[in-house]
Amino acid sequence: MPEATQVSPTADPADAAVAVALRGLTKSFGDVVAVDGVDLDIYDGEFLTLLGPSGSGKTTVLRMIAGFELPSGGQIELSGRDVTKLAPFERDVNTVFQDYALFPHMSVLQNVEYGLRVKKVAKGERRQRALEALASVQLAGFEQRKPSQMSGGQRQRVALARALVNRPSVLLLDEPLGALDLKLREQMQVELKELQRQVGITFIFVTHDQEEALTMSDRIAVFNQGRIEQVGTPADVYERPTTSFVAGFVGTSNLLQGSAAEQVLGSPGIFSVRPEKIRIVDVQDQAEQGQHSVSGVVRDVVYVGAATRFVVDLDVGGYLVALQQNVQASSTDVMQMRGRDVRLVWSRDHEFRVADAT
Amino acid sequence: MTAVQDAPVPSRAMGLSTWLYRRPRARLAALLAAPVLWLALAYFGALFLLLMTSFYTVDDFTSLPVRAFSLDNYQTIFSNPAYVKVILRTVAIAASVTVVAALLGTPMAFFIAKVVPQRWRGLMVALVVTPLWASYLVKVYAWKTMLQPDTGVVAWLLNPFGLSGPGYGVVAVTITLTYLWLPFMILPVYAGLERLPDSMLDASADLGARTGRTLRSVVLPLVYPSIVAGSVFTFSLSLGDYITVQIVGSKTQMLGSVVYGSYTTDLPFAAAMATVPIVIMVVYLAIVRRTGALDSL
Repeated sequence: MPEATQVSPTADPADAAVAVALRGLTKSFGDVVAVDGVDLDIYDGEFLTLLGPSGSGKTTVLRMIAGFELPSGGQIELSGRDVTKLAPFERDVNTVFQDYALFPHMSVLQNVEYGLRVKKVAKGERRQRALEALASVQLAGFEQRKPSQMSGGQRQRVALARALVNRPSVLLLDEPLGALDLKLREQMQVELKELQRQVGITFIFVTHDQEEALTMSDRIAVFNQGRIEQVGTPADVYERPTTSFVAGFVGTSNLLQGSAAEQVLGSPGIFSVRPEKIRIVDVQDQAEQGQHSVSGVVRDVVYVGAATRFVVDLDVGGYLVALQQNVQASSTDVMQMRGRDVRLVWSRDHEFRVADAT
Repeated sequence: MTAVQDAPVPSRAMGLSTWLYRRPRARLAALLAAPVLWLALAYFGALFLLLMTSFYTVDDFTSLPVRAFSLDNYQTIFSNPAYVKVILRTVAIAASVTVVAALLGTPMAFFIAKVVPQRWRGLMVALVVTPLWASYLVKVYAWKTMLQPDTGVVAWLLNPFGLSGPGYGVVAVTITLTYLWLPFMILPVYAGLERLPDSMLDASADLGARTGRTLRSVVLPLVYPSIVAGSVFTFSLSLGDYITVQIVGSKTQMLGSVVYGSYTTDLPFAAAMATVPIVIMVVYLAIVRRTGALDSL
């Protein structure tokens, strides 16, 4: 990963002002409860990601902050002001849509100028701000194009410029990278993060892609079935997930529970350990001080280029996934591991107990 | 052990589909033979005969066409103020019908496409189309009854307000034609709005536009081609109508009714009269094309 993707919180949450406050936010569609009592403080200048599977309520929360949906209950505050019942055009937030929602009958420049024209900003200033916004997303020279004449990645940038030109206090992004191919997506992740640092606007980013969330966010709120399961920095959420859902959704679910947990770790409960923290050693080798180990049979070997994933059926029941970097091993070497008896070893520091939330 | 025998043998046992698959031209011919034949003979043939006949004259004694080229019929039409007036009246009625249908149809289409929940949309579209299942004549006579001066439903509704109904005439024709052709406006506009993503409306509001601004700057420009498509239907159908005007139009004459009244006695003149709305439609389509409304259909 390039340097720019390294995440460091831009502000200490404790003394930053609250940009968006959600209080007991609820939304039902008929009998379906999409959002079920969400409480969340989002700080000024923060890059916060709402992460969760489809149908977990993350997009509905974003749409309520934007004003596209009226909450069934609860409250939304923007910079301390209650906006729960305000229309979208009365809120100081802008949105980048999943399908970009560019106006096809307007040129790129007209699209970007739209918000300023609606707010009756004088023509000279309007033009200048729009050109600046387009330049900031590397689209200088594309002003007269129609959206249909641009690639997916370029449209995405236009949508970004169209939102940012209004200098909102909060920018909402609804899975904006979902339609891009992998290479472009990774590049945009870096650029988005960079852009957010430059403009210093609070970004609320919705995605179902855990890697994207880990790469870009200052904090992540993990959604499941309309509720927030955990809020924390990427490191918190990845290394110290508090529920089995978070452990499974952010990274690979690698759980030891019931009697297996008791035999291996010596205490009951649900434990998780990340695949890359597990080492595969000879079945005769014993664990050292401060380590736990368990024996098993390699059921499956998945070669993924830089690394190999081993699925190991444990002798005590259940299975664990171990990820090994292919430093020396070739693909033929690792394939021969299938069916072997092995021992899995990991440091006690890397195992964590999770709550059985769902 | 037997030798492998299932190698493909193209000359034998080849199905029709396979044969067509290898011959793109034959495929195209099979697809287009019937429609091209129909278009060439029935459609263009009839149009051509109509155009030819409009240049003939009629034998005053036998009322039979005389096949000699002349511009007499067109000269009669354009030198007689009564006929020019009929043309202008017909265009005015067709234009009014189109404008009223657009004003009524666009909000209805918007309601069906963007307000009604998804599961009710099919039913709403069916309801819009329902009048098309009823006989044209029955609907026109229904309006004749409703528009009856003094005793009709319309008069009965308006009388308490000190107003009288429009009676029979140009207004009655416009009302009835608007009723008849409204579905032809609603359906294309509905289809156009259906294609317009909801996120487009959200985006406009998100950028600060109130409802009126969103309608003016985003919705109307994007459904404009659909409204134009609908107007081609309402305009041309009204332009050619000859029955409604006879039933609710009192003594009003339109192009269609003039054609209807003269084709037994002077076929070439009727043909010339019938060519007028065709030419008007061609001009209308040319103007519409220039606005670029047909490009995005």
